[in-house]
Amino acid sequence: MDGGMVIVGAGECGARAALALREHGYDGPVTLVGDEPHLPYERPPLSKDAMMADTPAVQAIASEAELADKSITHLRPVTVASVDRAAKRVKLAKGGELAYDRLLLATGATPRRLPMPGLGARCVYLRTFSDVLAIRQHLKPQSRIVIVGGGFIGLELAAAARRLGAAVTVVEAQPRILMRGVPAEIAAVVHAAHEAHGAEIVCGSGIAAIDDDGQKVRLTFANGRVIDADLAVIGIGAVPNTGLAEQAGLRIENGIAVDAMLRSSDPDIFAAGDCCSFPLSVYGGRRVRLEAWRNAQDQGALAGANMLGLDLPVSSVPWFWSDQYELTMQIAGLCDEAETAVRRDISENAFILFHLAGDGRLVAASGIGPDNAVARDIRLAEMLIAKRARPDPDALASPDIKLKKLLAG
Amino acid sequence: MSEWIEACGAEDIDEEDVIRFDHAGRTFAIYRSPDDDYFATDGLCTHEQVHLSGGLVMDDIIECPKHNGRFNYKTGEAKGAPVCVNLKTYPVKVEGGKVLIQVG
Repeated sequence: MDGGMVIVGAGECGARAALALREHGYDGPVTLVGDEPHLPYERPPLSKDAMMADTPAVQAIASEAELADKSITHLRPVTVASVDRAAKRVKLAKGGELAYDRLLLATGATPRRLPMPGLGARCVYLRTFSDVLAIRQHLKPQSRIVIVGGGFIGLELAAAARRLGAAVTVVEAQPRILMRGVPAEIAAVVHAAHEAHGAEIVCGSGIAAIDDDGQKVRLTFANGRVIDADLAVIGIGAVPNTGLAEQAGLRIENGIAVDAMLRSSDPDIFAAGDCCSFPLSVYGGRRVRLEAWRNAQDQGALAGANMLGLDLPVSSVPWFWSDQYELTMQIAGLCDEAETAVRRDISENAFILFHLAGDGRLVAASGIGPDNAVARDIRLAEMLIAKRARPDPDALASPDIKLKKLLAG
Repeated sequence: MSEWIEACGAEDIDEEDVIRFDHAGRTFAIYRSPDDDYFATDGLCTHEQVHLSGGLVMDDIIECPKHNGRFNYKTGEAKGAPVCVNLKTYPVKVEGGKVLIQVG
């Protein structure tokens, strides 16, 4: 044991893993390798508050002093070129090597590229803080922005752009926004909020052509419409960063395939966060890959523990949220196993849908409302899902019956 | 000497629950524990300034409604990611069915 712990990827997941190694008392070398020039930072604000700020700033997960205090070496910006599993070393792109006893790949995901010609300097993606700076300068009154893709990133960015006074059109190829993982009833509330705030949403039309001269970008929609914009932001999903793992010969299956302990097909290499697929015990061990902040945080902490041999299985329920204008949406669980939904009205403009499988098991809950109106009940629903509870649908639909009571029952 | 401020009625809070109390430009969270004691903390999460009163109380933990940061509301102790800064707590007493806090 002389190589210590090496973590590739210094986002939420990698940073949490480094901190967890120390929390569990590990006192050997910990090296966190990140390809961005910043301290590890929180990504969720990038499409929200950081984007709207007069002067965007990174919200660091750990300060320079904290990293130093915990003897965590953070190499940045440093790219890893390859992993030599036989020698248990990672090679750095700029030269040099790091030996490891255990390696964690927390390499994250990269925005999916729009596969067409014509994209230039006025066509951008949003994943990193430098992307924020590139986009932010165009979000002002009199600018015109087109967002390709009606998913979370695109819609949150649309809300930020409207708040800053830019004209916004969101174009989505699917028949409605948020097709993946969000029920139509909730997507409709989001759609209406965007229209009320002056953003235009065009569904059922892809992009036929893009012509970007570096000053303006002309987008031709599949339905024939043409918009000349100052900026096009493309938010059509993300793909897991599996390059290093593939080159190292690790098993890949919609991301780096890991077991319930986040161990890859090499027992000394772990993977966690957006880049990995893992068996989700609460849904019978089906293999999933999640792109979510809390998942990155939880799995980072778990990977840190498991690199030390604690063998703790992933047991959490997927959870994510989105903020757009005054609305917050929260979803716990995975809706796709559901056969029926029960609606609970929390207040006049806040509600939760409870998604039940054919056997009555609660498999997901999705809610939307102003501020944090749905948060408490979504959290309780998450606990019910974790218990594989079969709550009475009538009780779920009655706002007067506290979910905490159902949890105890 | 800091004064005692009336925050709410003792029955305004359910057992194992929390409410928001605003006073003189500040916001607080007032808790009633499962064993029927009362506690008070600053009202905003130390992570992203979210009102904790929208969160869930389980035993002696308050969980932020936004990102599930956890605190022990009796001591103010931050219980792990994403929160790392403790919550300030305030003395509480119940008199004549009213909950009073000493805001200092």
